[in-house]
Amino acid sequence: MAERSFKTEVQQLRLGEGAEFRGEGILAVTKALLQSGVAYVGGYQGAPISHLMDVLADAQEIMDDLGVHFESSASEAAAAAMLAASVNYPLRGAVAWKSTVGTNVASDALANLASGGVIGGALVIVGEDYGEGSSIMQERTHAFAMKSQMWLLDPRPNLPSIVQAVEHGFALSEASSTPVMLEMRVRACHVYGRFTARDNRKPAFGVRDAMMAPRRDTSRIVLPPASFQHEHEKVRDRWPAAVAYIRDHGLNEIFADGSKDVGIILQGGMYNQVIRALQRAGLSDAFGKVSIPLYVMNVTYPLVDDELVAFCVTKRAVLMVEEGQPEFLEQALHTILRRADVQTRVHGKDMLPMAGEYTAAVMHAGISAFLQRHLPAHAPAIPVATPAAAAPMPEIHGRPPSFCTGCPERPIFTALKLVERELGAHHISADIGCHLFSILPPFNLGNTTMGYGLGWAGAAALNDKTSQRRTISFMGDGGFWHNGLTSGVGNAVFNKSDNVLVVVDNGYSAATGGQDILSSGAANANRSTGNKIERAVRGVGVNWVRTIEHTYSVGKMAAVLREALTTKTLGPKVIVASSECQLNRQRRVKPLIRDAIRQGRRVVRERFGVDPDSCTGDHSCIRLSGCPSLSIAPNPDKLRRDPVAAVDNSCVGCGVCGEVSHAAILCPSFYRAEIISNPTGWDRLRHRLSQAVIHFLQRRMAHA
Amino acid sequence: MPEGLRAPTDAPADASVQERAIGIAILAMGGEGGGVLADWLVAMAEAHGYHAQSTSVPGVAQRTGATIYYVEIFPHAAAAGREPVLAMMPIPGEVDVVIASELMEAARAVQRGLVTPDLTTLIASSHRVYSMTERTAMGDGRLDSQGLLTLCRQAARRLVIADMRQLAEAHASVLSASLFGGLAGAGVLPFSRAQFEQAITQGGVGVKPSLAAFAAGFDAAQTLPAQSPDPITPEAHDIIAEGIRRLTDYQDAAYAEAYRTRLAPLHGTGDLLTETARYLALWMSFEDPIRVADLKIRATRFQRVEAEVKLAPGQILRIREFMHPRLQEIAETLPGFLGRALLSSAVLRGIAGHLTRKGRIIETTSITGFLTLWCVASLRRWRPTTLRYAAEHAAIDQWMLRILALAPTNPSLALEVAHLQRLVKGYSDTHVRGRRNFDTLMAHLPTLEARDDGPQTLVRLRDAALADDTGLTLTVALAKEGLA
Repeated sequence: MAERSFKTEVQQLRLGEGAEFRGEGILAVTKALLQSGVAYVGGYQGAPISHLMDVLADAQEIMDDLGVHFESSASEAAAAAMLAASVNYPLRGAVAWKSTVGTNVASDALANLASGGVIGGALVIVGEDYGEGSSIMQERTHAFAMKSQMWLLDPRPNLPSIVQAVEHGFALSEASSTPVMLEMRVRACHVYGRFTARDNRKPAFGVRDAMMAPRRDTSRIVLPPASFQHEHEKVRDRWPAAVAYIRDHGLNEIFADGSKDVGIILQGGMYNQVIRALQRAGLSDAFGKVSIPLYVMNVTYPLVDDELVAFCVTKRAVLMVEEGQPEFLEQALHTILRRADVQTRVHGKDMLPMAGEYTAAVMHAGISAFLQRHLPAHAPAIPVATPAAAAPMPEIHGRPPSFCTGCPERPIFTALKLVERELGAHHISADIGCHLFSILPPFNLGNTTMGYGLGWAGAAALNDKTSQRRTISFMGDGGFWHNGLTSGVGNAVFNKSDNVLVVVDNGYSAATGGQDILSSGAANANRSTGNKIERAVRGVGVNWVRTIEHTYSVGKMAAVLREALTTKTLGPKVIVASSECQLNRQRRVKPLIRDAIRQGRRVVRERFGVDPDSCTGDHSCIRLSGCPSLSIAPNPDKLRRDPVAAVDNSCVGCGVCGEVSHAAILCPSFYRAEIISNPTGWDRLRHRLSQAVIHFLQRRMAHA
Repeated sequence: MPEGLRAPTDAPADASVQERAIGIAILAMGGEGGGVLADWLVAMAEAHGYHAQSTSVPGVAQRTGATIYYVEIFPHAAAAGREPVLAMMPIPGEVDVVIASELMEAARAVQRGLVTPDLTTLIASSHRVYSMTERTAMGDGRLDSQGLLTLCRQAARRLVIADMRQLAEAHASVLSASLFGGLAGAGVLPFSRAQFEQAITQGGVGVKPSLAAFAAGFDAAQTLPAQSPDPITPEAHDIIAEGIRRLTDYQDAAYAEAYRTRLAPLHGTGDLLTETARYLALWMSFEDPIRVADLKIRATRFQRVEAEVKLAPGQILRIREFMHPRLQEIAETLPGFLGRALLSSAVLRGIAGHLTRKGRIIETTSITGFLTLWCVASLRRWRPTTLRYAAEHAAIDQWMLRILALAPTNPSLALEVAHLQRLVKGYSDTHVRGRRNFDTLMAHLPTLEARDDGPQTLVRLRDAALADDTGLTLTVALAKEGLA
């Protein structure tokens, strides 16, 4: 079960004609898929599209009613390959993932798909993780669309536009035999808004129909000579067909043409920010009624040359608002105008920055520069907000994400830190997942991360048999099943690696929102879970495997790491460090505990604490843990100044604090409090007896 | 006009002519309910005649990082059927309200330019959630809260600040509820208190405690406290009095008297007396196992833990201590002859070493556990005969001698020498490391004494010793000062 339940949102997927849908952008996409008669859906979770996958997983019943097949794909490559169903059959299919990382993984399948083309509409929904809050390298999906000839939609970020883009996306795909990508920026995925729903459509031709009546067409398979034909088909047939569809259906929008002899061309996704900047300059009202012409590219690939030429030919200058680099659109615009011999001045990255998110301030500055240059009389520079002329800015610290309270991954890195104190520093190859937070303080462990599941492959070159020191690689259970079993473990076995892999097995694809995977412990009605990582690892030929079932035992964790790093046994060594993700565990057990207490059953809650009078304020414990519930507090002691360590009531009693103070021989200030609700008669008797003795001695001490 | 309704800006209050969206940015950390707050705002706005849009960039920030939610609302009356174009992110200069869940997050909003003095009402909780940098410092790495507060006060059109976390906890609720109350109490949005409360009620989760925390936040916003007075710097006699109290408690009245006597030559030296009194008291009450056991078994300590874990009537509390005394510490806590015997006999060392290889967990709330610690605490009267006592007092003597010697000739260096005691803290390895750094710096005193910038150099070296726990920074700093 995923981190967030969408049982209530799912009901909105049933809305019929005329009803109002309210919710996030990415949920609107889900509803639009059903309205478009989609036959199958797949994808791989990851912000910002995790919610799409989670909603669909929670909507199994609705999908079954409509005869829609839904898969939680093993990877983006698997999801992209699913679209092969639209090559031979008139099946509408959609897949979704985080981009560009997911698109990188999916590229092999996408390139094959785009080469042969499709007859059923194929839609790839990419969550463009770019700008603030992004967790990945800053690249553009645009390049993938260009290289494989897939069309790229970038609708205005409001729900009606997004829903329309989905519906047109399928039709465009079918009209041009080409897969279509729908680019959803992070904020558009999470924007709350409304649209008027239409009835869901059961696919006229379903997955079952295809299985019952198989069809094939050799000319659609990527193999010579067909593959050479595909390239010609792309430019001769599919591209013009797409341009015709886009033009005929008015997918790109023009506002207020002819009102001025300068204009702005923008990606659909930039629309709201552009309008708000123009509003500040007095060139728009609050409803987007502009007095400067706009050409809004809701389709950013392919471009419609005639539309652009017609828009520009009447203007002295245009500004191309294009987020990200390189400036594909601006370059294309130059080419289009040059070919048509149109002399309109094109601005873009000369006034707006080449790299980085187009925040409100950046957009204001760029548009302001353009207006000052070309419309100085009509539009004064956009006034920039002036912060108070205050004293110099005090120091403010960043607050990067880190391991949650009670996270089972933390003690793994605590143990590694302790082992490194004995054995020295090692090369550590990191992966993608929550465990990558190890690279940040307080652990500062990890050299590189090369992609999801590629932790061990990332250390493959460092495999010199004469080295006295082994490398350590990390991989989460999510990355392990995504591809790490083959690219990491299989690779290490085949190439006779002597190094160490730690698989962080927390029972979920945790970083993406707690989705189930093959080795998840929970029973899942629609998926096969409980497939052990250790069995898979042994299956591909690793003989040295240790599974730690309780990562919180820092001492045991350190011992197994020490053994793996020093054992004389040759060959790859794999440690499966297995404890349930605390975030998901708390979500699972909290209601159970509440019920148990209410029903009068004995429940013991554990949490840790620090005695402020014996804490000397060195904070070694925090440097070995970093748990959010282990913080500092002003020293209650009048003589001391350094703050003391302090545990707050959010502590879940995972035990790491105690383990750390034992394993690292830290200090005696830590205690574990066990709070017994609904104590039994024996508990109460024992309590009364010890209290009697303790009180007697405490009274004596007080008088001593 | 409903109660609490005020125009959001200097613009006319009549909604029908207002042509601008109201922007509300929420800065919070993962798990603090920023999303819930945004949902309440949207629900309230939609229920009372407004278009509403919210966006966020949660991503990995959900895992304890800082994140931002942005809400814009626009009156239907002014829209007259048209769809307003609302912003996807806060626009500096157009943010009417910033809600910050914590003081440094409030300052971050200012740093990001979201708070402008002509427009923005800043509603913030005054509590601190310390950053990793602040928490992992070996000494005191906390930011200056006063500086953050001043920044917020200067940057905002109006600052509404209270400890919203405490208000929430007092009503067993969450921060988002008290902040929502603060927003209502600030009266900047065109909604009545009842309309705010309705949003919480209709949200349907933890309604009763949420409403109580909301009310507390509301009242706090309406009755803003006076600025807190500057902390009073304690005088020497306060510190000495505290030192005497501490050492009487630690050992006995005679021990405290010895402390007072040692300080006598420094009377009239101002800061030097205060700081030496502070650190001498701390050093003389060094944390040996006797002291730790003594502190652990006190009735007051049991009461403190009960309060901290919020023990409810009918519940039973058990306290388990995590102790890991090492052979060295045990030997040092025994009377001198026993300790020396233990350390010098290979057989005894072997046995004791085996027994102390693992940490022990002792339940202080059990009879056996309590008695164990009680016995250790009872060794107090023999403390002056222990090896540890002898070693610590030898070092204290050396340190005091240097301070007294420097006091007349180089008082500022003497003061920094007094401060050096801050390096010696913790237990086991931490204590050994601190003591090693202390000894290193003490050994360089003669050189420093000859230098004009001796005191400043010593401060730099002390900071270097507290910069990391590998000693790397100190080594580099010593080399830089030509003292390696």
